[in-house]
This record gives sequence, C-alpha cells and structure tokens, in this order.
Amino acid sequence: MEHTAPEKLLPDAEKTALPQVSMGKMVWRRFRRHRGAVAGAVILTIIILSCLLASFSPYDPEKSNLASALQPPSLQHPFGTDALGRDLLTRVLYGGRISLFVGFMVVIITMVIGIPVGAIAGYYGGWVDDLLMRVIDSALALPSLMILILLSAILREVEIPFLQRNNVMTIAFVIGILSWMTIARLVRAIFLTLREMEYVTAARALGASNFRIILSEILPNGFGPIIVEATLEIGWAIMEESGLSFLGFGIQPPTPSWGNLLNNAQEHLVKHPWLAIFPGLMIFLTIISVNYIGDGLRDALDPYKILKQIDEV
Amino acid sequence: METQRTKLLEVKDLKMHFPIQQGFLRKVVGYVRAVDGISFFIYEGETLGLVGESGCGKTTAGRCILRAYVPTAGEVLFRKNGEMVDLLKLPPKEMKALRREMQIIFQDPFSSLNPRMTVMDIISEPLVVNGIAKGDDLKLQVRNLLEAVGLRAQHMNRYPYAFSGGQRQRIGIARALALRPKLIVCDEPVSALDVSIQAQTINLLEDLQKDFGLTYLFIAHDLSVVEHISDRVAVMYLGNIVELAASNELYENPRHPYTEALLSAVPTTDPDQKSNRIVLEGDVPSPADPPPGCKFHPRCRFAKDICSQEVPAWSETSPDHWVACHLTDELKLSGIAYG
Repeated sequence: MEHTAPEKLLPDAEKTALPQVSMGKMVWRRFRRHRGAVAGAVILTIIILSCLLASFSPYDPEKSNLASALQPPSLQHPFGTDALGRDLLTRVLYGGRISLFVGFMVVIITMVIGIPVGAIAGYYGGWVDDLLMRVIDSALALPSLMILILLSAILREVEIPFLQRNNVMTIAFVIGILSWMTIARLVRAIFLTLREMEYVTAARALGASNFRIILSEILPNGFGPIIVEATLEIGWAIMEESGLSFLGFGIQPPTPSWGNLLNNAQEHLVKHPWLAIFPGLMIFLTIISVNYIGDGLRDALDPYKILKQIDEV
Repeated sequence: METQRTKLLEVKDLKMHFPIQQGFLRKVVGYVRAVDGISFFIYEGETLGLVGESGCGKTTAGRCILRAYVPTAGEVLFRKNGEMVDLLKLPPKEMKALRREMQIIFQDPFSSLNPRMTVMDIISEPLVVNGIAKGDDLKLQVRNLLEAVGLRAQHMNRYPYAFSGGQRQRIGIARALALRPKLIVCDEPVSALDVSIQAQTINLLEDLQKDFGLTYLFIAHDLSVVEHISDRVAVMYLGNIVELAASNELYENPRHPYTEALLSAVPTTDPDQKSNRIVLEGDVPSPADPPPGCKFHPRCRFAKDICSQEVPAWSETSPDHWVACHLTDELKLSGIAYG
C-alpha cells in the first residue's frame, strides 16, 4: 500500500482550521448568546450590588417611626413603608443580604457534602454504593420541615463553634445538611455512566490514580447538570429560608429577610399589598435570574455546542 | 526471521469468568466464561493478531493482560529487565511502574477521548501522571508525539470534537505512545473507521512499530484487517484460542474448521475466483453455558462423537502452528492466497 505524507492525511483539518480560542473565551461567547442568561446575570448583579450598597440608604432598617406607618410607594419611599413606619426598600435590601447569603451558603454546603458522596458511591460501586445510597434514602425519608424546625430550635439553644446562636449561618447550615441528597444522587448517576467510558480505562491504563480519575476525568464532564442543579438549589434555599422565617424559626425580626418580610405582610395584604409584592418580586426575580444563568452556563459549557458555535462564527 | 527471538509477553492458561449475580442478595448463579483458558506468547517487536467474532472474549483477554480486569486464573508474564514477571502477582506499586511498558489503543475514537480535555491535556496526561515531564519540555514532547502520528502541533489546544474519527484515533495513538511503551494492545483500532482511513491508520501503526520498536497485540474481528499487519495470527472462538500460526501459514494452510470458515468469508479482489463460502449454521452459543467437548462442535461440519465428549488438546501440529482440534490430522482444509 502506498504511503501518504502526513500532511495529506488531514483534509478535514484544513477545512475546519479554527482560530485559536481559549476555553474561557468560547464559554463566554456562548453564554452571551443566551439572552435569558445575560438578562438574568444583569438582574442578579443589580440585585446583589444594591443589597451590598444598602448601607447608603438614609433610613434605618430596624428603627420604627410610627408617624410614617403604612405609606404607599412614593418618591420618598419607593417601596412604601411597613406597619412600623420603616422604609420597605431599605428593609428589602438588607433582607436580600441575608436571603442571598443563605441561598449561596446552602449551595456551597450541599456541594461540599453531595459531590464527594455521590462521586464515591458512583465511582466505586458495590457495597460502598449500597451503603451510601441507604444513607441518602434515610436522609430523604426524614420529614424535612420537622427536622428543620427541630434543628433550628436546638441550634438556637446550644453553643456550636462557628455557628453563633440564631444567626444566618445556622439557618444556612440547617437547610444545607437537609438538602445535599439531590446533588449526591445526581453526581452518582453521572459517575455510574461515565466510569464505563473508555477514556476512564485509558486513564487507568496509563497509571492515573482513582483520585485523579474522579476529579479530572469524570467530574468535569458532569459540570452541566451539576451547575443547573446548583442554581435550582439556590432558588430552593431562598424559598426554604422564607418558609422557615414565615413559621418563625428562621431569621427573627427585627432583622429583615425576604421570608419574614413576606410573613409580616400577610395581615396587611388586602389594604397594603406592596408590603408583599416587593419582597415577593425580589424572590421571584432572583430565582428566575439564577435559573436562567444556570441554563446559559449549561449550554455554554457543553463542548458539542461550543464547536457548533465556532462553525457559525 | 531470526531464529533466537525473545518473548516479550507470555500468557498461560488465562481465565476470566464474570459472575452472574441475581436477586437482592446478589447470589452468584453462574459464570460467563469470557476467556476460558488461553495461552500464547508474543515475541519482542512482532505483531500478534487476535481474531474472533464479537463476544468471543478478545477484548476481555486484552484488558486482562493490561490488568484492567483481574483475571480469575492464569499467568501473564511480561519481560522486565530480562526476566519474566507475572503481572497478576505484582504488588500495586510495581504494577504501576510496569504500566508504562504497556498501553492500549481503543476501538471507539469517540468514547476513548475525554470531551472536556484539549488534545494537549489528553496526550500530556500520561507524562504528567507519571511525573516524566512538565512545562516547556512537556509541550515539546506533546508536539513531537502529535507530529509522529501525523497531526499538526498547532491543533493541540482544540477539543476532541473538532476532529474526525481517523484524527481522533491518531490522538489516541499518540497518547498510547507517550510513555514509550514496549507493548501496545490495539483493541480493534480500525473497526470504527472508514475503510479508506483504516488503511492509513494501519500504515501509521506499522511505521510507529518500526520507529518506536513496538510490539503489538492486534485485536480485530475480521481476518482481512489483521492480514496486513500481523506476523502471527491467533483465532479465538468462545473464550478459547482454536488456532495460532504465522500469518501466511494460517491463511494458506488452516488446520481448524473455524479458521477455514472465517477465511472463506474474506472478500477477494479477483473476480474470476469462485468463492467457496462456508456458512456456519446457528449462532455462537452463550459463554455462560458453553457446549461440552470442543466448543465449536455444534457448528462444525466435520464434527464426530469425540468432539462433543472431549475437550481437544492445544497442540503444536507442525513447528509454530498450534491447533485445538481432534480431527486436524484427518481434515483437508482449504485456505486462501496470502498477501
């Protein structure tokens, strides 16, 4: 058989001669194309920034001023005032600090617990998997709301290092340790599928350790679904915090959070609907932005789609 | 051919039985005898073709040799510093060191490359993992490897999706070469490729064999692919090797009815030649419940009583020609022209 020079063997390479683009640039380019994700990123940035800048508000979030109670939205009080005459915008922004912190903190906690558990169960299989799955099943079988109430009650009484009594960290911790199971299951499913791939066998054949295979061969291929799940988790955590505060076990007034602002609004709902609308709107906007960002990131991180996009350029 | 050749790899009575588990308690109800006692050796620098139908255990055999699976029984001897060491008895640390000496090229060029890694990452991984090179040296080595397999070095920051099947297979080959192994198990490296690309890839493998002094165990499911590259060929059926001989000997002078049937299926380029195709009756039996005696007897057109009663011995009927068949001396089997 005749031998062809290597250069001639590569007709496809000529056709697809791509500009040298780094992974980060490709992801960014792809992300920018997803309108919902860009809008979500802009809105979320605005919300986060305004929450961080809440201290510049001329009003005090906790000091009551009965003279100006229950005013409708006006130029002076864009979101109106509550029953104790506090500026609602200021309270919503301070509450946002807490709700967003809880949201992100919960996601970090669920990731820190869920990813290793899922990865180990899925990668090693066998009795390790059986054991961890039973742990997950039992954790899921717990009535979470009751446990949440119980735990937050206990944690309020007992001094635990790092967690000061009844502070935001406690709430995040309590929600976090009750919601890592979904991530763990997802990661396990990803590992079960991907550990059979030949590139994993290849990595093993060339001497890579299990640790390396888990971390740099398999995990990056699960980023898409994990990120989407994480964004959903943020929204869910904010709601959960709202629920807990609503029941009176979360963030305690006068400290505002989006949850307890909603809670306090219920008695004025008919006559003074803005008290519920604005905190509710913030929760809604935040959750929907985060979900869109997750959606955009998933698409942007997908190598198939990156390639398609380059062809379009 | 030189007379005194050194064996690089010797496999003795290798068995891989996968347990079949059933029910809640995972009770073992039987075994799939994927590899059921095979023995062969490979000389340094040669290519041994391993041929057989899908499911006959060729891939499993290859994986056992690399210790990707832990075999049920047998020995896998590998030449290390002039001595033959049994890989199956090696402690993990020494095994890791020995892994450098043997690599694998996969069948599917799509699942064998991690889609999240650039070509640079993929090819440099063996060098990084084994602490052989880093920084500029690493880049240089990857560049050289890419050029050795006929890819352009400037493509190394791309992801596997940017490449065609044949190019991806070259990336896989470059990765296998990175550790400068002595033995490469080629697990059907061309069967997923277009015919035109198959020939290129086989030529590339032959060139690399010369340049890098490689020894190949070349697994394939049809004889026509193996013919071109192999020095000797082993034919596998249902977990056993039924015949092993030098390529030309096996093609022109098959001594096992199964080999003859496989050879009759090789397409010829001569339109005048009348094809005498032997069509095997029935399906391959399940490796979980193989027939007694010679495993091939239910489908063999020459089968006699003895074939279903006794397992044929693995014997050297003429120099370097091994067969497992009771009737091999009585049969006049027809081969095909070699080359």
